[in-house]
Amino acid sequence: MEKENFVLIEGKKVAIEGERNLLELIRKAGFNITTFCYQPELEIYGACRLCLVEVEGMGVVASCCVAPRAGMNVRINTDEIRRLRRVNLELLLASGNHNCTLCSKSGRCKLQSLAQEMGITEIRFKAKQKETHRDTTSAALVRDNSKCILCGNCVRICNEIQGIGAIDFAFRGYRAQIATAFNKDMGLSQECVSCGQCARVCPTGALTPNSQEIEDVFKAINHPTKKVAVHIAPAVRVGLGEIFGLPQGKSIDGKIAAALRLLGFDYVYDTAFAADLTIVEEATEFLQRFTQGKNLPQLTSCCPAWVNYVEKFTPEFIPNLSTARSPMQMMGPVIKADFVEKGGKREDLVVVAIMPCSAKKGEVKREEFYVDGNPDTDHVVTTVGLARMIKEAGIDFANLKDEEFDHPFGTKTGAGVIFGASGGVMEAALRFAVAELDPKGKGKLDLSALRANSTVKEAELKVAGKTVRVAVVSGLRNARKLLDDIKAGKNKYDFIEVMSCQGGCVAGAGQPQFEGWQARKNRAKGLYDDDAKLDYKSQDNKDVMALYGTIFDKIGGHKAHELLHTHYFDRKDRTGQK
Amino acid sequence: MSDRFKPAAQILKEYNHDSAKLIPILQKVQDAYHFLPEDVMRYIANELGISPAKVFGVATFFAHFAITPKGKHIVRVCNGTACHVKGSASIIQAVKDKLKLKEGQDTTEDLLFTLECVSCLGACGLAPVMVVDDVVHGQVTPAKAVELLDEVIKAEAK
Repeated sequence: MEKENFVLIEGKKVAIEGERNLLELIRKAGFNITTFCYQPELEIYGACRLCLVEVEGMGVVASCCVAPRAGMNVRINTDEIRRLRRVNLELLLASGNHNCTLCSKSGRCKLQSLAQEMGITEIRFKAKQKETHRDTTSAALVRDNSKCILCGNCVRICNEIQGIGAIDFAFRGYRAQIATAFNKDMGLSQECVSCGQCARVCPTGALTPNSQEIEDVFKAINHPTKKVAVHIAPAVRVGLGEIFGLPQGKSIDGKIAAALRLLGFDYVYDTAFAADLTIVEEATEFLQRFTQGKNLPQLTSCCPAWVNYVEKFTPEFIPNLSTARSPMQMMGPVIKADFVEKGGKREDLVVVAIMPCSAKKGEVKREEFYVDGNPDTDHVVTTVGLARMIKEAGIDFANLKDEEFDHPFGTKTGAGVIFGASGGVMEAALRFAVAELDPKGKGKLDLSALRANSTVKEAELKVAGKTVRVAVVSGLRNARKLLDDIKAGKNKYDFIEVMSCQGGCVAGAGQPQFEGWQARKNRAKGLYDDDAKLDYKSQDNKDVMALYGTIFDKIGGHKAHELLHTHYFDRKDRTGQK
Repeated sequence: MSDRFKPAAQILKEYNHDSAKLIPILQKVQDAYHFLPEDVMRYIANELGISPAKVFGVATFFAHFAITPKGKHIVRVCNGTACHVKGSASIIQAVKDKLKLKEGQDTTEDLLFTLECVSCLGACGLAPVMVVDDVVHGQVTPAKAVELLDEVIKAEAK
């Protein structure tokens, strides 16, 4: 007869229930060992040697690399293991420039917190300090290889999840480092699409979203004559709270509105307003293409890293991209146009976008989003960056009373709010499109298939005698596979939503770091909870619809096209090809 | 395709565009181009369907590969244990002086010579050893080393 299916961990019986490795089982047992190179969604790497445990009969092993077997007797906190983990950590600390007080990751760094957990107060190994070289050439990301511990998380996520490989290990031995192709600065990388997922899984301050703009934002706020408008993306409201000890995923948009006013912003708006506007334009565009059977499948274009990807890797799909701008890049010109209409000067209004994203920082710097040298969006600050601003200003965030957003650009429907979750843009577009195709249609659509916690989803809808086939993918490798299948004729869709980050913007590089799927689920739930309390479809946003007839003549009209649509460039590398 | 990439294209064809053969491909490409130029590595990556960063990683991992231009003539001076004991340091210095190589520079401005200090050539009985364009010379002295270089320079001048 088989042995009972359990492992003994520090004398405690723990059942094996399909865990992929011993580390998962140990964590399930309640021992939350801090490690660096283990990421549940990535391949096992076994580099950091901090998950060491002792298994009877096997000796000391890296628990992430060992499959659990019935009858194993595992020890975690023996003198030997404690000593080995400490040596390994000290070696990592000695190998780089870990000057915590001057690091943007301080307080959120795993290396730092593990050194605290182990009570390390001195490093016994003296190593040649690596020279600090802060690469700030990318608008999206800052890289400092002297803080890198070579855990390889960034390399693996860029390869395995994004299918890009913009960075890899280069050189050897002590000189080994993470490098872009030909060791170029990040800003010059032909491959990087700025999605920032590398920074999301970086345990130290080696790769972080670029936060330099925070200074410019404070300066604008304190400027004697300039007005500053701010708007927050959907995912921010379900991401920020956990930094201040509030429940993960709970929407706290009211507190954020209050905090933004205390920070001194003159107008406090909601990007979800512009998301409704995006839906009006993008879904209208889809209905036209769908009726004419032209440039299908339509691909969403609100994710800037995805747009970069299409331009750099699959430019043959540029005609399929929706020409509708992202909500952020609709919001900027609309607020500025309104400001000018009311007698202001365009350059006297500074527009700040709070985004869960690193790629958004690059998006605003695209040439086509400037008018006479003035950008449509002046600055982008990440969710984590906003937390820093709130802390620096000394605001007691957790105890703030809820406040309303300013109108009209703070008005939103649920359709605009769910933009932050994978599947949300598609659901919002379908809510609009179905209501247009079938004005007498009843109630709400059942699109639960698009809300599943999966990175590839599809649905089929029958509307007014027609069948609409849609797909939702997140993670660029998944997106590439879908495009390849379409090219090969294996699959056919009418409309595809792509988000670069698995799970959507809630899992963006600008959000508080997390591991595994639970954080994504919690945050997406926060958005759908908000959605349930708001109007259903973007047509219901009266302030959006009022723009048509004032700033814009009509949906899809000339002025709307100028301010709300964009164009793309083929930026594929064809070295050596014809 | 411009002529520049034709040798690389030929080598890729020989290896059936098999990305698992990256190392032998790079070896042949280095033979053809004398080093691994950036645009050629990029071309190889695109053709093999792997990322240029991966190709760069392999090219920088192995000491055999050069990512900066190499000279027409390769001079290898052994600095393994036996050669070191028999005075290879003075040979290296003599070659550097003769070729006017600055600190950290291993290829001459005119791309005629590249000096490589290698760790063992397996000819310890002949120590100290210097190899000029694959011809092994044993029991080299600093004066002999300069003489060997002069021979190459003279031949080139013709």
